[in-house]
Amino acid sequence: MASDTELTPTSYINHHLTNLTSQVGEGSFWVLHVDTLVTSLILGVISFGFIWLVVRKATPGVPSKRQAFVELAVEFIDNEVKNTFHGNRHVFVAPTALTIFVWVLMMNAMDILPIDIMAWIYEHAFGLHNWRTVPTTDVNTTFALALSIWFLMLYFNVKIKGWGGWMHELFCTPFGKNPLLWALNLLFNLIEYVSKPLSHSLRLFGNIYAGEIIFLLLGMWAATGVSGAIFGAILGAGWAIFHILIVTLQAFIFMMLTVVYISMAHESH
Amino acid sequence: MNINFTLISQAVAFSIFIWFTVKFVWPPLLRAIEERQKTIADGLAAGERGRHELELASQRSSDVLKEAKQRASEIILQAEKRASEIVEESKRTAKEEGDRIIAGAKADIEHEVFSAKEALRQHVAELAVAGAAKILRREVDAKAHADMLASIGEDLK
Repeated sequence: MASDTELTPTSYINHHLTNLTSQVGEGSFWVLHVDTLVTSLILGVISFGFIWLVVRKATPGVPSKRQAFVELAVEFIDNEVKNTFHGNRHVFVAPTALTIFVWVLMMNAMDILPIDIMAWIYEHAFGLHNWRTVPTTDVNTTFALALSIWFLMLYFNVKIKGWGGWMHELFCTPFGKNPLLWALNLLFNLIEYVSKPLSHSLRLFGNIYAGEIIFLLLGMWAATGVSGAIFGAILGAGWAIFHILIVTLQAFIFMMLTVVYISMAHESH
Repeated sequence: MNINFTLISQAVAFSIFIWFTVKFVWPPLLRAIEERQKTIADGLAAGERGRHELELASQRSSDVLKEAKQRASEIILQAEKRASEIVEESKRTAKEEGDRIIAGAKADIEHEVFSAKEALRQHVAELAVAGAAKILRREVDAKAHADMLASIGEDLK
């Protein structure tokens, strides 16, 4: 917490929602959120490192408990992909879906960590005054994921259908081939192409950000006194338990939308 | 909520993680899973084959059993037939033997009767001759009437 300023609700929330920034160049764009990047990298390295360590020793015989756990996740995702994507999913789509699900789930799950205790640890153990724990409450993360997938979508559109096929799809669907409808078709498709990454990223961001805000509000309530602390603790626990569902569900939705978008890029109408 | 360089760095991190998963995580695990699936499928197929073979074997064994039973009953039938034949034959042989013995006995008896009759006749002739001789002692000369006596003896035969 900010020791030099007085603690007000505004300063409390501002404190928790301020990133640790680093200026990497001239201008407001060349700013790096160090906390977002470092946390997400650590989570990615831990989870994919764990999976890799298990997979490296994967045996086709009787699997160990850890291998069975990884296989469970992999087969769950593989099944979901199989139902949506009709092609050779093992080359790219299924591993990508696994990456997204695991990484987003891990980043979302940081929301469960008690914010003020974590803030205290960052402050006193690492000397970091501003450090946001949850990478997916940073809109940069969700946009980075959604835009990467958007570019993948464009790439597969061109790769599978060719320039001609894709242009034909942009101008001739969904209403028809009539030249009078070309403008309308294109407008319709452009709206779709703009809305896809927006809804994709903002859904995840909104859900997790809102969850974070609820935790902050409950934390503020806990600061009002004994009864506030009791209710704040009970509701905080309840919200955290409910949040386990949201965290998993949002990761799953994000993964499924990715698979659906990439499948749509593979299939011509 | 401001878009900045973090977006690019996160996209790069994301790409690296995707590359890592595509390259190092997915293929070996998929290979292991598919290999295991194949092993299980092979095992199930082998089980199915074994079951089928067992079925065939049991069918074959029941066929063999049926044939053996049939053979056995045929053999028993033949043996019974042969036994009755043997019985019939031995009956016939016994009957023939009996008949032969009876015939032999009859012949013996007839022979005995004949020889007894002969002896008796001889005896009667002698007695008759003796009686006649006694009666005709004086009147009949044995030598003179030898022919007559002989003819009487002939008649008595």
